Amino acid sequence: MNPSHAKLAEAFNEDEKRTDWHDQTLWFVRQKRDKAAQILPEWEQLRQWASDIKDHTLSNLDVYLAEFERKAMANGIQVHWALDAADHNAIIHKIICDQGLTRIVKSKSMLTEECHLNDYLQQSGIEVIDTDLGERIVQLRKEPPSHIVLPAIHLKKQDVSETFREHLGTEAGNYDPQYLTQAARIHLREKFIQSELAITGVNFAVAETGGIVVCTNEGNADMGVHSARIHIGCMGIEKIIPKAEHLGVFTRLLARSATGQPITTYTSHFHRPRPGQEMHIIIVDNGRSRQLGREDFRNSLKCIRCAACFNTCPVYRRSGGHSYHTAVAGPIGSILNPNLDMKANADLPFASTLCGSCTNVCPVKINIHEQLWKWRQVIAEEGLVAPSKKYNMKMMAFVLARPSLYRLAGSAGRWMMRNLPFLVKVKVLNPWYKQREMPEAPKESFRDWYKKNKGV
Amino acid sequence: MIGREKILSVVAKNKPAAISLPDLDFKSIDQPVDMLETFAKYVQAVGGEVVTIDHEHVLQERITNDRSTGKYIINRIPVGGQPDEVPEDPAVLESVYRAYIKGSFGVAENGAIWVMESAMGNRILPFICEQLVLVLYKSELVYNMNEAYATIQIDKEGYGVFIAGPSKTADIEQSLVIGAHGPKALSVLIIMSI
Repeated sequence: MNPSHAKLAEAFNEDEKRTDWHDQTLWFVRQKRDKAAQILPEWEQLRQWASDIKDHTLSNLDVYLAEFERKAMANGIQVHWALDAADHNAIIHKIICDQGLTRIVKSKSMLTEECHLNDYLQQSGIEVIDTDLGERIVQLRKEPPSHIVLPAIHLKKQDVSETFREHLGTEAGNYDPQYLTQAARIHLREKFIQSELAITGVNFAVAETGGIVVCTNEGNADMGVHSARIHIGCMGIEKIIPKAEHLGVFTRLLARSATGQPITTYTSHFHRPRPGQEMHIIIVDNGRSRQLGREDFRNSLKCIRCAACFNTCPVYRRSGGHSYHTAVAGPIGSILNPNLDMKANADLPFASTLCGSCTNVCPVKINIHEQLWKWRQVIAEEGLVAPSKKYNMKMMAFVLARPSLYRLAGSAGRWMMRNLPFLVKVKVLNPWYKQREMPEAPKESFRDWYKKNKGV
Repeated sequence: MIGREKILSVVAKNKPAAISLPDLDFKSIDQPVDMLETFAKYVQAVGGEVVTIDHEHVLQERITNDRSTGKYIINRIPVGGQPDEVPEDPAVLESVYRAYIKGSFGVAENGAIWVMESAMGNRILPFICEQLVLVLYKSELVYNMNEAYATIQIDKEGYGVFIAGPSKTADIEQSLVIGAHGPKALSVLIIMSI
């Protein structure tokens, strides 16, 4: 069992300066998103259309999946279906073994992270090179990505420099991002040119044309796919969109929501393998059809993985992606992961202030914070809430239901803060004091103030 | 194909009641803009440069000049003769210094340019070259991605791509670095007259 989000966040928070830096870096990305969105007067209309297209697609998903398969096969693409992560990994393993492939590159795919593909293949002695710069950095460090769009956002350039010195032989103490990126470019070019198999994710799969769209800034997906003899695209069943014209809506929202760019550098449309090349698409369920059946949570399948909800989330920004101990962190991950394993991820819906900022920035209008709140109820009903939390909540409900007791507790608290401040700072007694300064105790409660001033 | 049947049957069972597609009235969100000015602004914003030239023969001169430097130049544009054949082997193409490729059209709102496989000669060419030059005629601009997708048939060829600027990354501390795995520079040559 993983340590909980709270425990992992506590460790992350120990380095206060670094936590502040992480918080500010992601807030900067959020601000870039705001600027990009505000330029378009039709932004809210686009969000509504995107949400409606996804709602429609989910309500007809079996038909669109079959249509996509039919068209893709007519395009000369081999289509595979995977019930779960094990199926997905086995399909890729078989292609690798059948053809005796050894040189494998992979561009960013959160689905392959969700399925732990690299670990699975490594156990069979097969090495996969991640080619997105951020993913390569964390791969060399034997860490998972901490963010679905910015995999190495938790690292400072000094960390990257040290990792590259160790693995790529760069100069010690050279922290220049330009220099470090150039080193990775040289290292990965060699891998691209020699690659036999390129694995990519899928941003959109178009039912009417039977092709896939992959969005990158670095060009790593294309460098891999166009070099390799075999291309495997891995997609969850929810990546389907009905028509090509719908790309017009989603490509306007995706990069603006993710990084504030007007579009990703490359928006690549793969419909047929090049002559002599083989193209495979693996359509993966891994719990998604179950989520589709959960009325309160099916909306989460509309996600286009822009990570706007991560960047805006005050809890994510101050606790870091690794605290979520899952492939997809952040608010959206906290409503997707309990579906995959409710017990192991019972802590995640509580890693939120329910402020609703995630919902406000979501380009496909997923009601993220409401779903977090609903998961809490499901998890409590299933008896998966930590006993301490349950006891505290019961106490709180008891106090809140009794106004006079509530007032007494309030004045006792203020008295404690004024007269016994050392006691308030004992973390065992007052977990609130961890990573926080206590506020000044107010002279009076709001109620007292109001009673005094209401006539004024 | 047990997986297929199982997935499709569970999806069919669990999907919500039918919800209709929205009416996408793209006309309702049209913005009147100066196409060329907006396009040039966004090409720069995404890290590229725009060069306007009066006539095709300026392009021809540029290519001739480039070739005289002795660097590996590939020209895929049929000006003054046939476009160059492109070798298949990426290891050979790795030394391409500059590639000239015809874009189908540009998108004003984001500086992206649609490039089709047949214009590239080899799908990897616009990614593996050190510098990429995409060529458009002034009339070949649309306003936004809605218009862009109304203009193209995405499966007309096996592969097509929107390219917006040179390859880039900000994966190290959010510092923008131009030239990740693909080209380190992108120029858009716009021919003002035919």
